Parts: sequence; C-alpha cells; structure tokens
Amino acid sequence: MMIPVHYYLVLAAVIFAIGVAGVILRRNLIVVLMSIELMLNAVNLTFVAFARAHGQMEGQVIVFFVMTVAAAEAVVGLAIVIALSRHRRTLDPEQMHLLRG
Amino acid sequence: MNPELVVFFFLAALLIGFSLLVILVRNPVHSALALVAALFMMAIFFLRLSAPMVAALQVLVYAGAVMVLFLFVIMLLNPANIEPKARLWWAGVGAACALFVLALVGRFLTGAGASPASGASLGPGFGSPQALAQSLFGDFVLPFEIASIVLLVAIIGAVALARRGTP
Repeated sequence: MMIPVHYYLVLAAVIFAIGVAGVILRRNLIVVLMSIELMLNAVNLTFVAFARAHGQMEGQVIVFFVMTVAAAEAVVGLAIVIALSRHRRTLDPEQMHLLRG
Repeated sequence: MNPELVVFFFLAALLIGFSLLVILVRNPVHSALALVAALFMMAIFFLRLSAPMVAALQVLVYAGAVMVLFLFVIMLLNPANIEPKARLWWAGVGAACALFVLALVGRFLTGAGASPASGASLGPGFGSPQALAQSLFGDFVLPFEIASIVLLVAIIGAVALARRGTP
C-alpha cells in the first residue's frame, strides 16, 4: 500500500508553519535565515510528493531550481548579515529600524 | 496498521522534532546542527518518494554546502549569548501566525481530498539522474541557464557585500 499524498502535504504544511513561527519568534538574523530554509524545504517536499503521485519528472526538476535559488538566497542573506553586524554590532532584527518613520 | 505507515510516522515525528529544535534552541550552533538533521530527514523522505537524485542533491547542497556556510558565518560573528529572550506575548503572536498558516493550508489540503492516489505507475528510471538530466537539459534548458546567471549574480553580490571596507 502506498502512503496517500495528502499525508505528505500535511507534513509539509506543519514544517512550513514551524518555519513561519521561527521567522516571527527568533531575534537572531541567522536563525531567521535558517527558518526560511526550512520553509523552502517544506515546499520541496510537496513538489516531490506530487511528482511521485502523478508519475511526472517535472516536479523534481522544479526542486532543483528551488535549491539553486535557496542557495543564492542564503549566500546573499548571510553576506548582508555580515555587513549589518559590522555596522550595528548586533544581530537583533528589532534593532534595525533605521528606516522607521 | 501496516509497516509502511509506521515508518512514515516515525520519520515524520523525527522531522517535526528536529524542525522544532531549530526554532526553540537558544544557541545558533545547536540550531544549525538541528537543521542539518532535519535536512537529512527530508532527504530520506525524498528517497522514499523515488527521487534519489534529488535526495543526493539535498545532502550535498543543503546539508553540505549551505550549512557549512551558515556555520562559518556563526563562527565569524560569534553571536552566542547575545540573543535577548523573546517576549511572551510575542511568542503568542508567533504561535498564532503558525497556526493560522497551518489552518489555511490544511483547509486547502482537505479540500483537495480527491487528489490522485500516490501510486501512479512509474516509468523505468523514474527519478534517476538520466531522467532528471533529460528533463533539465531538454524542456528546462532556458530556466537552467537563468539559474546559472542567478548563481553568478549571487556570488558577485556576496563578495561585494561582505568585503571589508566597502566604499
């Protein structure tokens, strides 16, 4: 017996929700970026589950592109974190309110 | 309960547990290690969904390269011990947002109860590197080239941003 596809979808939704909570809760920019990676991975899981359910390769190809963009996002995001922490000496996103009116 | 479901629930519990560790542990190094474990669990799920190539890429790119990058940045900035405690009401807001997203997505998922059974018949070599490469360099060759440009721009941007003494 195969596992129904919506089991995987619910699992991915739970992981995505954990990622959302991490982005909102944590006050450390590096951990916020990690939570974003978690959310991207949850979406990858739905893509692969649907690829398996429909017997189509395209879902797996999209996962490849999501990984590429996630890697680029991590690289640029961490570079911004390094530059910011040199200027402000903090990683707390609540301290970054230079543009607040 | 059949053994396949038992294995699924076991792996799912591990994945959710490691993901919760990522956002609950205070030390960012421990967070990163929990994230590595969660990404490995995800790779195991990919294997079970007959996507061995994607699972290998997951371990190499995510659990390998990206997480080493994260750990390097943590080492560079040494942010241990400085994160202030989250306020309690703010934790409530975060949990409420997470539950809201979960309910929203779950509403759609249960609405899509008529989704096809996950047991579509698979052609030979489904998920193999050959099949993936044929799709990638056939139908998706233009997005592939665009992805290479995205990576190039990311490299240049990262070097320009993180260089010491930028103008």
